[in-house]
Amino acid sequence: MNLSEILIFLPILLEGVKLTVIVTFGALIFSTVLGLVWVLMRVSGYWVLRKISTWAVNILRGTPILIQLFYIYFVLPEIGITLTAVQAGIIGLGLAFSAYQSENFRSGIEAVDHGQVEAAQSLGMSWPLMMRRVILPQAARIVLPTYGNTMIMILKDSSLASTITVAELAFKGQILASSTFKYSTVLTLVAFLYLFMSLPLISLVGWLERRKKKS
Amino acid sequence: MTSKFNISLKNVHKHFGKNHVLKGVSASISKGEVVCVIGPSGSGKSTILRCINGLESYESGSILAGGIEVDSSRPSIIEVRTLISMVFQRFNLFPHRTVLENVIEGPIFVKKQSIEMAEYFGRELLKRVGLSNKERAYPPQLSGGQMQRVAIARALAMNPEAILFDEPTSALDPELVGEVLSVMRYLAEEGMTMLVATHEMDFARSVADRVIFLDEGQIVEEGSAMKILTAPEHPRTQHFLHRILTRS
Repeated sequence: MNLSEILIFLPILLEGVKLTVIVTFGALIFSTVLGLVWVLMRVSGYWVLRKISTWAVNILRGTPILIQLFYIYFVLPEIGITLTAVQAGIIGLGLAFSAYQSENFRSGIEAVDHGQVEAAQSLGMSWPLMMRRVILPQAARIVLPTYGNTMIMILKDSSLASTITVAELAFKGQILASSTFKYSTVLTLVAFLYLFMSLPLISLVGWLERRKKKS
Repeated sequence: MTSKFNISLKNVHKHFGKNHVLKGVSASISKGEVVCVIGPSGSGKSTILRCINGLESYESGSILAGGIEVDSSRPSIIEVRTLISMVFQRFNLFPHRTVLENVIEGPIFVKKQSIEMAEYFGRELLKRVGLSNKERAYPPQLSGGQMQRVAIARALAMNPEAILFDEPTSALDPELVGEVLSVMRYLAEEGMTMLVATHEMDFARSVADRVIFLDEGQIVEEGSAMKILTAPEHPRTQHFLHRILTRS
């Protein structure tokens, strides 16, 4: 490994970093919104919604992310839904992680003291109002550290999008390594780039955990 | 509609699983009355209050509050709850909101009051319960007695026809009981309709218009505070009071 190699490889890999960030953020937002939908269906008290949510979460948790990505990118076009690789990557990772987000959110909602529900009800709050003003804000504090960990996992698993031709960091790394045979230099650089992105998130999780312990 | 507000229970039955907790309870509370429900733990005192507010369902009988049938599965339950506020044993304040925010939450989001008006009345209420200086504090920073007084202000902020107190001093350290009872006494003097499940016999004696003695899900005896607490007729009431009064 020498400096001139690094200076040549780094700009190419940084192009991949851009897509890694895009896919990670896209999947994070999508999984958060969808995770909220699953969990609200789950705790809504409606039997049908609860069943749909439980099954969706089980299917998403019980199948490999890789297969889900392949399915969305290669199988959906057969029924007329054609997505770009980046779109498929964001939707696939978002779907897969929505299941974990939902389970995390559920544990947070269940950890809120039942007295809070009664207080909200006795004030005449409707279910949506109670969720929005009383339960979710308190659950959010409880789930934040785990949410941070999910961010880190999405960041790392965004590398799976390389398998459906998203030219993100891992994809660029593979191409570069196999075309130059400089496996050690390229893969070390790739690993460090992921690490540089994860470390701030890891310290964020640590901070959130300390804050949670204090309250 | 509310010119003569009242709450009436007719032959209310309630089970928790196989446990028959209310066995045909009938009672009524008229506007301006202070009624204390006394009785051993597990006698169903709290359950009665919770049924009136629709926090528990009941299987048979009927409960009317201000002319509305109390049914926790119907949308009208929201109307019942805006007519009748509740104060809980464990306060149940919203820990993520300040004292003032706790008080104005219901007026703003349920009664759709303007923020300015809700804050104005909220501060007035905090003054009445002696907590003006705490409006920006968060509940975990307060003592139990202070939290319960905030909870009472929160209940009052809904401008209710009646307030249900579910053993409001049972979770408090003994030295903090007085400050909560004196706020309640003040409310009673102002003519607030109150139904209080309590173990505080002195409070019942000096404040209640009527006392209901409940045992094993049945009303054993009811009457004026004087009569029930000093000359109860039923042996179960006598036995209960004897046990309570010789405890300390």
